[in-house]
Amino acid sequence: MLTAVLLLILLPPMVAQDLCKDSTDGFKVRLSIKTALGDNAYDWNESEMFLFQSTLAFAMRRHTEQDTYNIANILVCNNTPRVSFVFVVTSPDDPTKLIPKEQVEEAVRKSKHRINSAFLLSDMTLEFIGIPPTLATPITYDTPPWLIVFGVVIGAVAVGILALLMSTVSKRRRAKNKDAGFAEEDDGRVKENGTALSSLGGKDGVYNQAFSNDDRFTQL
Amino acid sequence: MKLKLKLPNPGLDERIPSHAELDKLEVEEAGERPQWDNKAQYMLTCVGFCVGLGNVWRFPYLCQSHGGGAFMIPFLILLVLEGIPLLHLEFAIGQRLRKGSVGVWRSINPYLVGVGIASMLVSFMVGMYYNTIIAWVLWYFFNSFQDPLPWSQCPINENRTGFVSECERSSPVDYFWYRETLNTTPVIGDSGGLQWWIVLCLFCAWTLLWVCCLRGIETTGKAVYITSTLPYLVLTIFLIRGLTLKGSVSGIKFLFTPDLDELLNPATWLDAGAQVFYSFSLAFGGLISFSSYNSVHNNCEQDAVIISVINGFTSIYSAIVIYSIIGFRATQRFDDCLNGNILALLNAFELSEENITESNYDSVLQHLNSTSPAVIQDLQLKTCDLQTLLSQGVEGTGLAFIVFTEAITKMPIAPLWSVLFFIMLFCLGLSTMFGSVEGVVAPLQDLNILPKKWPKEVYTGLVCFVSFGFAIIFAQGSGEYWLALFDGFAGSIPLLIIAFCEMMAVSYIYGIDRFNDDIKFMIGHKPNFFWQATWRVISPLIVLVIFLFYLVTTVSKELTYIAWDPESENFPTLATRSYPDWIYIIIFILSGVPALVIPAVALYKLIRNRCCRTEEKHAAELLYSISDKIQIEPERAVQPITAKALN
Repeated sequence: MLTAVLLLILLPPMVAQDLCKDSTDGFKVRLSIKTALGDNAYDWNESEMFLFQSTLAFAMRRHTEQDTYNIANILVCNNTPRVSFVFVVTSPDDPTKLIPKEQVEEAVRKSKHRINSAFLLSDMTLEFIGIPPTLATPITYDTPPWLIVFGVVIGAVAVGILALLMSTVSKRRRAKNKDAGFAEEDDGRVKENGTALSSLGGKDGVYNQAFSNDDRFTQL
Repeated sequence: MKLKLKLPNPGLDERIPSHAELDKLEVEEAGERPQWDNKAQYMLTCVGFCVGLGNVWRFPYLCQSHGGGAFMIPFLILLVLEGIPLLHLEFAIGQRLRKGSVGVWRSINPYLVGVGIASMLVSFMVGMYYNTIIAWVLWYFFNSFQDPLPWSQCPINENRTGFVSECERSSPVDYFWYRETLNTTPVIGDSGGLQWWIVLCLFCAWTLLWVCCLRGIETTGKAVYITSTLPYLVLTIFLIRGLTLKGSVSGIKFLFTPDLDELLNPATWLDAGAQVFYSFSLAFGGLISFSSYNSVHNNCEQDAVIISVINGFTSIYSAIVIYSIIGFRATQRFDDCLNGNILALLNAFELSEENITESNYDSVLQHLNSTSPAVIQDLQLKTCDLQTLLSQGVEGTGLAFIVFTEAITKMPIAPLWSVLFFIMLFCLGLSTMFGSVEGVVAPLQDLNILPKKWPKEVYTGLVCFVSFGFAIIFAQGSGEYWLALFDGFAGSIPLLIIAFCEMMAVSYIYGIDRFNDDIKFMIGHKPNFFWQATWRVISPLIVLVIFLFYLVTTVSKELTYIAWDPESENFPTLATRSYPDWIYIIIFILSGVPALVIPAVALYKLIRNRCCRTEEKHAAELLYSISDKIQIEPERAVQPITAKALN
């Protein structure tokens, strides 16, 4: 009688252990707490494992939308000092039946971010061997930022070119007006003094290009 | 002591302004030739022209690969024996003859016009590809205004399960450079079409250059206040930042650790000589032009020494900065490698994380190897060696766009450092381009090919526009290979030939005695024995030796290029390919045409003179009959009569 009772009590955990160790529907989990948190790392103990089981139960609940999943449905084995272990999920209706691998994978992927946050870890430091992490969507911009900067620079350059060209044109126009003005003055002066040389401005005369040394020989 | 070795050079006095005329020009200030606003503009422009991208990404590599601190010895010796004399020569001849490169050589002897034209062609070709590098710098600059930087992570593939395969196998920085920037093709023959974003950046680079060169030195003189000084500011900021990073000191130590055995290797001396030569931007014609806008009595000797010292100092300073950052990057890589190994061991042996740290890694590995060698074998641990990582010396575009950008992504506030770095590269490149453009525009004006009344703006605009048109070839998929081709052949051999011809022309055709007198007139004292020895013998000899070695090594070895080919076996290592046969025609055009222009033009002039000699004889008789008999002061008489007679 006593042995029968003992068997009944001990059977579920033993069966559970077998389910966990032998099954192919399990996933290996690896945590790298020290790498992630350094000095703020917490120790891995039974309570942390309890948290893990509860987050997984949460993930299963979320994915299947059945409120029947409990911590007892998450079986864990093969604990190592590395902080790695294997877990399997049993069906809430029948504790001997395991939830297939694909379903567990989908559930984990859906709630991976929540599981990571619960442990202050990331996809790199909380690994489910066999479940590739879903990478975050890259930030997409409507206009690539580089085009905006390019537009700003080109706009500034265009303004600069226009400003410089305008100033050249206006300088030339002013110079032309000044020459026209001098020409009238010269005529007046010639009339007054009657000598051609007085039309030359300044005391030293104007440097006459015709008598310069350049353009001596025919060019190439 | 009058030197007997001087080639006959009739009519030299008529072609060049005499000392008295120069003084008169000084006083009357003939408005035609532009002038510097002040000495600072001139010095900054020359410093900007000399200090370029090569100081930042070629010198540190040479330093590190040729025995670190020991490389300083050949570098400094050749700086003094080769760089300073050549620089002084170009400054002095430009200041004396007051023309651009074509005008100067034409004045010395009309048969030498080819030297000026060769300078112009080389300036044009080098300017073309140099501005493309600036376009790439601009592209990276535009892309630096986002966080995270686009080259810090791989893009994700379509089904969001992992990264793009090409990026995964190489690295995010490699992928961004080769795929997203260049979109490289595997072979040079495969054009790959035009990459529109590079065309836009090229357009931006050329218009920026045009706006700064619009009115010649009037505008560049203002622009250099920023473009020549900003790089030093940024280098200092990076030095301070670099020294506070982990591992930077090991980089600097590695750079300067002297290996005196390297001094016995002739390649070290050749590389030092070539670096000094190219670093000074000699033989481009730009320095002669810039110097011709100076006042006649400007102290060109002092300028040459100051600029050489600044150039040398900048090279060494930027080497320190670059290697502090490279040391940081190497240390990061070493740490990553080691941590990867540690993780692999922890995972394989299911040990707690505290068991293996960086300090006891070696001992633990040994212990584990002795207990279970098979497991260790399977893990295929990488060997992590800091010295190997430090000695992965990179130069050129690889340094700036791959190694340095990777280092920047590991720094906090990465976009800021990226913006600063690329602004610095942009300024360094742009100030060198000013000299290049001057080296093309001034000869064009001297050659009178285009109508003289066209304003300077049209000249510079035309040069920029035509260069932009040709530079489109660098915007193709295979553009980087073309650029490497240009870099290797357009600037190397022709420049050495031109520099050698310059020294021979000034020393032996113009006459070293006349040159000494000119310098005495300009700066007040005759150049001392050092200058005489270097101008006449030492510098031409050094240039000749470098040229011969370059020629021999280029001709003897098979010409290859390195290509980025995702399908090659050793990917991500770059694949070495040999050039297709038709490339040799291009190489000939790049190297051969400028070099051959020198004798070709001389020959052309000779033939033209021979067949037209009869007409000149009549004119000469008229000359001798009138002007020889009348003794009038040189200032007024001879010129008007001969001008009328010949015209």
